[in-house]
Amino acid sequence: MKAIPRALLVVDAAAFLMLVAASVMVFAYAPIERVMGPVQKVFYFHVAAGWVGMLAFFAAVVAGVAYLISKKPIWDLVGVGSIEIGIVFMLINIITGSIWARPIWNTWWTWDPRLTTATIMELVYAAYLMLRSGIDEPERRARFGAVYAIIGFISVPLTFLSIRIFRTIHPVVVGGNDPSVDGSFSMTPAMAQTFAFSLVTFSVLFVSLLWHRIRLGQLAEKVERLKLKLVQ
Amino acid sequence: MTLTPFLKAMSAVIWKDLAAELRSRELLSAMLVFALLVIFTFNFALELNAQERSNVTAGVLWVTFTFAGTLGLNRSLAVEKDRGCLDGLLLAPVDRTAIYFGKTAANLIFMLVVAAIVLPVYSILYNTNLFLPGLLLVILLGSEGYMAVGTLLSAMSVQTRTRDILLPILLFPVILPALIAAVKASSGFLNAIPMEEIQPWLNLLLVYDVVFTAAAFMVFEFVVEE
Repeated sequence: MKAIPRALLVVDAAAFLMLVAASVMVFAYAPIERVMGPVQKVFYFHVAAGWVGMLAFFAAVVAGVAYLISKKPIWDLVGVGSIEIGIVFMLINIITGSIWARPIWNTWWTWDPRLTTATIMELVYAAYLMLRSGIDEPERRARFGAVYAIIGFISVPLTFLSIRIFRTIHPVVVGGNDPSVDGSFSMTPAMAQTFAFSLVTFSVLFVSLLWHRIRLGQLAEKVERLKLKLVQ
Repeated sequence: MTLTPFLKAMSAVIWKDLAAELRSRELLSAMLVFALLVIFTFNFALELNAQERSNVTAGVLWVTFTFAGTLGLNRSLAVEKDRGCLDGLLLAPVDRTAIYFGKTAANLIFMLVVAAIVLPVYSILYNTNLFLPGLLLVILLGSEGYMAVGTLLSAMSVQTRTRDILLPILLFPVILPALIAAVKASSGFLNAIPMEEIQPWLNLLLVYDVVFTAAAFMVFEFVVEE
């Protein structure tokens, strides 16, 4: 395995610097929301984490389809890496949401479509990891993982829709605003800039993490091969 | 792929499953006894008195079907795997999706047989009439979606180390939208709610069936490939 490629180092540095900049923007540049106060600031990283979660799960579907067509092991690494990252970011999304909901909705948790769907997604992808850990043969593990990543992701919009038909109280800040929903607000330009920057920052962070995860997977494969050689 | 050999292969798989079941009666008897036990458990866990019953009947029925269905699915594919029958099936010179549809249809028939016995028993035990055309339609649609996904996922889970434990964990989060829609639609029909309020749930159930049957049809070959 070669040393860390320069492009990856650049992405790492960019992710780190942007994360620092985004934190500064969240705390110093974006104004404090008038009704909710400082707790609204959770919004910037909350939505960005959710965005990365969805992006990661979608990337796993693309990788799954690519694997089933081409049977190249690299796509399996992309798939499992994406899902591991997605699980972590979805968890960040759910936890930051709870922190915000406690003062605003006066509860840590409600059975709202977005909350419930996010949690069901966590369960789907936890099942994905359990499925993989139950299979020893790498080729079959990759194949089943790809199939389950596709099937699991298809169910997400239907889950969302099914819970949506029950009424929601989750604010929709981006696009379409119902002012009667508790905790909704409109963004000032500074807020919108901070929000957009957080989204880009987290996307770069995702690229950096995924890249490292793929390299880790390749190293693990190499170790596996060397071990086999040693036994022979 | 012409249609006739496909249908022939599919009905052969269905016939094989039904004949095996008719002679051993292992699967259906287990599913039935289990389903009745679930209902009895609910009876004591939930205090099913007359008022509360109308709200929870749909939920109790669907949880019963879901659990009994998991039992049936595990058995249906484990039998194929253990005795090496799956390899035999796969060696047969037929379209593999015909095997998938055959297995799905056979599992669906078993689930409907269980429903056909559970419904009258429930009706007698609780003195309510469950034989409403709407409810029967919901059971048919819900079971189809359940078995379409369930057959695919159990074909995967029997090939893993954890097998039976894994199936419900894989299946339940994916089946959830169909389950919600089925419970809501059933309870709508049972409480004689106006049709326009039930319609969205029926639509959702239909969409689920179509989407997942199609998706499972496309990926099944990758699950059984060796």
